[in-house]
Amino acid sequence: MTMNNVGRPTAPVAAETAATASTFTGNRGLDIEEPLLFEAGRPDATGVDFEDAGAFEPRLGTLARTAPVDLPGLSEPETMRHYVRLSRQNYAIDLGLYPLGSCTMKHNPRLNEAMARLPGFADVHPLQPLSTAAGAVELIAELGRWLLELTGMASVAMSPKAGAHGEMCGMAAIKAAIADRGEARDVVLVPESAHGTNPATAAQLGFRVVGVPARADGTVDPEEVRKRLGPEVAAIMLTNPNTCGLFERDIVEIAEAAHAAGAYFYADGANFNAIVGKVRPGDLGVDAMHINLHKTFSTPHGGGGPGAGPVVLSDRLAPYAPVPFVRFGEDGAAEFVETRKAAGDRGLKPFGRITAFHGQMGMFVRALAYMLSHGADGLRQASEDAVLAANYVKARLADVMTVAFPERPAMHEVLFDDRFLEGTGVTTLDFAKAMIDEGYHPMTMYFPLVVHGALLIEPTESESKASLNQFIGMLRHLAEKARAGEAGAFKAAPRLAPRRRVDETLAARQPKLVY
Amino acid sequence: MRYLPLSDVDRADMLAAIGVSSIDDLFADLPAEKRLAALPSLPPHASEQAVARRLGVMAAKNTSAGAVPFFVGAGAYRHHVPATVDHLIQRSEFLTSYTPYQPEIAQGTLQVLFEFQTQVARLTGMEVANASMYDGSTALAEAVLMAHRITRRDRALLSGGVHPHYRGVVETVTRFPGHTVESLPPDLSGTEEILAAIDETTSCVVVQSPSFYGHLYDLKPIAEKAHAVGALLIAVFTEVVSLGLIEPPGAQGADIVVGEGQSLGNPLTFGGPYVGLFATRQKYVRQMPGRLCGETVDADGRRAFVLTLSTREQHIRREKATSNICTNAGLCALAFSIHLTLLGGTGLTKLARLNHANAVRLADMLAALPGVELLNSAFFNEFALRLPKSAGGVVEALAARGILAGVPASRLEPNRPELDNVLVVAATEVNTDEDRAALAAALKGALA
Repeated sequence: MTMNNVGRPTAPVAAETAATASTFTGNRGLDIEEPLLFEAGRPDATGVDFEDAGAFEPRLGTLARTAPVDLPGLSEPETMRHYVRLSRQNYAIDLGLYPLGSCTMKHNPRLNEAMARLPGFADVHPLQPLSTAAGAVELIAELGRWLLELTGMASVAMSPKAGAHGEMCGMAAIKAAIADRGEARDVVLVPESAHGTNPATAAQLGFRVVGVPARADGTVDPEEVRKRLGPEVAAIMLTNPNTCGLFERDIVEIAEAAHAAGAYFYADGANFNAIVGKVRPGDLGVDAMHINLHKTFSTPHGGGGPGAGPVVLSDRLAPYAPVPFVRFGEDGAAEFVETRKAAGDRGLKPFGRITAFHGQMGMFVRALAYMLSHGADGLRQASEDAVLAANYVKARLADVMTVAFPERPAMHEVLFDDRFLEGTGVTTLDFAKAMIDEGYHPMTMYFPLVVHGALLIEPTESESKASLNQFIGMLRHLAEKARAGEAGAFKAAPRLAPRRRVDETLAARQPKLVY
Repeated sequence: MRYLPLSDVDRADMLAAIGVSSIDDLFADLPAEKRLAALPSLPPHASEQAVARRLGVMAAKNTSAGAVPFFVGAGAYRHHVPATVDHLIQRSEFLTSYTPYQPEIAQGTLQVLFEFQTQVARLTGMEVANASMYDGSTALAEAVLMAHRITRRDRALLSGGVHPHYRGVVETVTRFPGHTVESLPPDLSGTEEILAAIDETTSCVVVQSPSFYGHLYDLKPIAEKAHAVGALLIAVFTEVVSLGLIEPPGAQGADIVVGEGQSLGNPLTFGGPYVGLFATRQKYVRQMPGRLCGETVDADGRRAFVLTLSTREQHIRREKATSNICTNAGLCALAFSIHLTLLGGTGLTKLARLNHANAVRLADMLAALPGVELLNSAFFNEFALRLPKSAGGVVEALAARGILAGVPASRLEPNRPELDNVLVVAATEVNTDEDRAALAAALKGALA
């Protein structure tokens, strides 16, 4: 050991490894354990000071609370530590590559956060007079204009709160249009590779779901669609690019077949980020498509929401859009239509209302800031870079992992199956958990359902070449380690995360949902 | 472009590694005749300053609530949010993380959700709560569908005090599977006879308290009648701060409690994103929609949290799922939870008292004006006035004088001429004596 001149050691001493170190506190250096609010808080503690309410005669009738509110509080410094410590137990895009296929974990620009917090957007009430909210209407109209330009569609419903909510909105418009035609079509075709929300949405609207198998190359066969089309079919729901990361190259033929049979074509726009500026869904025959602003246009995922899912509609479905909405008059000016009465006065037939107010305004501001920043050239470049990154990952891993559908170019994401793990004793789950110890969030696993042990990687356009190379190197290393017979290490993973594998069965068998 | 790290050299190297000669080769599956060469009608990329300037101009066209005497409520409320809240929700690890599907590296979000669920359950007086919904209105629609699953009936009864937009969402969402919604007429007086409308075909009774018009309802007799005929009581609120002073719905016999949580932690933002609260009894937990976080242990036996009971959800059950919902309002729920942690029970009660005190003072001032009638005997921080002329015109006239006075009921109920003169007014802790005096003076002037 070397010493400096006052006896302080300057070189480390060999000791316990990180994985085995135990401490008095349970903390591990910068990883600090944090108790629950209900263990740390006190009923009388508060981090907010108020002015005195003064003397007044309460007017609560017989309904005043009989027991105090049973909630612990914390002072402001304790609150700050509680949440900062908790935050440090999360992975995040700002920490590293987040390869969740179909989720599009790209960079979240902070300009967008700043814009959403301008008092002129954040401190505006949905029911204050519209004469005092012209800028809000203008923002919604401008975002709508960008969405219509990028999709080539006729109209947009802005109020859906998330992707699945947008699906509900689009499919409800289809249901209303069919009823308006005096028809009773009640079947929706959904390919096997679809997101679970597609069949769930169709069922929630009272449709029957009929599956469409994928062909050997991972895409939908128009012949299989044609076989299932008939007078009872209301719509086909298709994700394009699909969840295997492939572009449905027969999409125009499928759309034409659906239309010829009197059905509508609903596109799940979850993967629109691959094709922005490259092709417009409206030119492909789409009648309705939701756009996940939190994916394609990078509003933050926020640990699971809030999302935003505006739905673009074809001419045929536009009259059925739910209130409220912004429309453009013949003079090109934006008009805010708030009630079914106002819509009816304009000859429209909205199917109803799907949320209390005007949608996710805070997300609209962020998405528009993202679009304005990228511009037409940047949006197109972002799509190209996302596709380039996925194909680069695919090419550099094809010899050590098994690409599910190698014959077609990948779009923004690439799907692997678990054949490369055959005979190693390592499962897709084990493989993914080992990535955590390497400092990465796992890819999407076991989805889509069309291949065994799916591993779906979406690197996004936000990664530098160096970042992609390190990620690829890490996956190559793990694939080789699995083949070298080191299954035990995978089974034990993760060992270096805030928690090791958790018992999901226990959680579900004896649900403990509150403290 | 500042958000794209790849250089042209990188791109060329990567194309070479892939073994294609141009980026177009990777888009070969797109129909050739449909491909775009460019997006000519949209502008090119722009600097931060340029974007900020453009959006700043738009924002400046709006009257922000904090700049004027402000009394608008009707489902969204302006409260002071401590600075700590907005700082914490912008932590990268909260803001830029995904749904916590990998619990080993998402304990931060998961513990927050567990705490949020506990806070919501305690606040509403219920046994369990989910990890949040899109907003109060969609939470209500999901609650009605849940009640239909539990009771195997499909006729919901809505009080005339339910927010008209919430009613619209319930009607829309239940119409497609063919269910029925019976709504009582607007209850301006807070004295509707709802018990007589409940019978053996009723699946659930939906009562909002404080109501759209500000009335407080005693839920106990309604719960008793509903339970006697095998129906459920769904209680809904749009102002969560009211629970600081008012008997919680759980203590009054509600089976499902839903509401809007925006008031805590979340700005008005022209209607969203907000946070829907959803709580129920333990026995109904498997019929609940939305994400749930549960406690468990990890491989070392340490306490851990994980999303659970996902066999209800669409990604497992597909068309048999309890709901198509696959998100919550994560960051808004976090803001709610942080604000409530800062308040604690004591602080929430103080905040509620301040709101109620301001509303009582304002109601008395306005009711003293000639021709103005206060329609509420009991209320929390919002009340309804009948004016001697159209409320819509009065609100516009006051807005022109820089006062945002409230919401004309006719804006939400355009088909009901009897509501033309009704104004819904909210008062919160942000209002000052000067604000109240300004409103009273301006209203007096507008009515003269």
